[in-house]
Amino acid sequence: MAWVWFHKFGSPPHFYRLATRLTPWFAWPALMLCLYGLIGGLGFAPPDYQQGDGFRIIYVHAPAAWLSLMVYVVMATSAAVGLIWRMNVAHAVAASCAVIGASFTALALLTGMIWGRPMWGTYWEWDPRLTSELLLLFLYLGYMGLRNAIDDLSRADRASAVLAIVGVVNVPIIHYSVIWWNSLHQAPSVMKFGRPTMPASMLLPLLAMLAGFTLYFVALLLTRTRAEVLRRERNARWIVQALAKG
Amino acid sequence: MSASRVSFPAAAALLMARDLRLAMRRAGDSLLPLGFFLVVTTLFPLSLDPELSLLRDIAPAALWVGALLSSLLALDLLFRDDGQDGALEQLALCGQPFAGLLLAKTAVHWLLTGLPLVLVAPLAATALGAPYAAMPGILAAVLLGTVALSLIGAVGAGLALSIRRNGPLLALLVLPLAVPVLIFGARATALAIQGEPVAAPLYLLGAIAVLSATLAPWALAAAVRIGLE
Amino acid sequence: MMRFLAMGGYAAYVWPCYALTAFVVGLNILWARRLLRSAQREARRRVSALKTASAL
Repeated sequence: MAWVWFHKFGSPPHFYRLATRLTPWFAWPALMLCLYGLIGGLGFAPPDYQQGDGFRIIYVHAPAAWLSLMVYVVMATSAAVGLIWRMNVAHAVAASCAVIGASFTALALLTGMIWGRPMWGTYWEWDPRLTSELLLLFLYLGYMGLRNAIDDLSRADRASAVLAIVGVVNVPIIHYSVIWWNSLHQAPSVMKFGRPTMPASMLLPLLAMLAGFTLYFVALLLTRTRAEVLRRERNARWIVQALAKG
Repeated sequence: MSASRVSFPAAAALLMARDLRLAMRRAGDSLLPLGFFLVVTTLFPLSLDPELSLLRDIAPAALWVGALLSSLLALDLLFRDDGQDGALEQLALCGQPFAGLLLAKTAVHWLLTGLPLVLVAPLAATALGAPYAAMPGILAAVLLGTVALSLIGAVGAGLALSIRRNGPLLALLVLPLAVPVLIFGARATALAIQGEPVAAPLYLLGAIAVLSATLAPWALAAAVRIGLE
Repeated sequence: MMRFLAMGGYAAYVWPCYALTAFVVGLNILWARRLLRSAQREARRRVSALKTASAL
């Protein structure tokens, strides 16, 4: 029974209709969660003991970093699905993830660097988390570069799928090795966010931002994939009805 | 004699012998990455103070950056000739496990481009101020490291078969994946030079080499199949 | 209000971060919608071209 659902989802017209209907159900809750997170985080959370009001950057830095990693996993998973089950829609999803993931990785890096300035004294300190983010950005750029360099769409789909799968296996290895490398040199990383004893007034807005950004990503992904699916299904008849409904 | 009646080990041995014979005819090609490694490691003292005690500090970095860049250069050799003259397609179609044959090809590639680095590394390390006692640790690290780099790089080279003119793209694909090898290899080298026990990073380096040897052939086979279309 | 904007002295760091985030979030939304609209336009064009071609 689950297989029927799975393959139905892979059919472009069905996916397009479903994505069109679902997008508002992700977009509006995302907006509300982020509003709650912003108001709670900027207005009501008490200042941090060590970092004062500077810690409030976490409400945008953490969601960006979370997105950068989650989007890569989604990209690799849908690429694997596309490779194994030869599903064009899955490849379209993977292709649509790349720019979103790369832009939020860059955002995580920039916000991390700006946050680091008052905390470390410099913009860059080879902090393990930021260094991992930098390498993740290179992985995204490599994926996008490979896709771009192959003319044939089907080949580009499958080659970049192999790359994404190899990449996702490497992400934990790279992350662990960078943490290991950094711990040797005892760089003073005062950036201690994610403290286990965060009071609810600090934590709840953070969770709301994380959830809100996740839903926002899904809405974005659905929109981009709709566009990608339309572009790929050049002359299919279902497009007529789909476009009539908008 | 149909190819599928030959056992896989025999087929792999035939392939490796053939690759070695071909490479010997163009020995210059295989020596190029070695020459590049020596040049790169020479650049470091030239751009710094040639005081040995200072060089000793940067020796791990110089050795491993040199090894990484040299292995990147060497990747061009892996599939270039066979990709062009159709031999790769023959391998894919001959009925033997493709992943296994590609692993055999990568093994020969390591023998020709990685092993020379292992043999020369002690020389380069000494030139950069490393003490005699550091040599076993450095040898072990470069051995494991070059094996891992050959495997990781091969996957990149397989993917690059699908691209017309790759150049810097191959570097962008391979280098981030090679970072763990760099980190653990350089750390092992640094510990060896300081006379400290090198077991921890060597184990991790070994783990990466084993993981690469297990997973890379499958990724390679997938990538090369896509590239051969 | 001024205390809120001053962010305890960290204003020069906090507000640029939020501005950057708003920029990236907004850019992605606009880009995605533009891609969809142009894909829909293209598809409409192709479908009507097919229709006229088959009507001839």
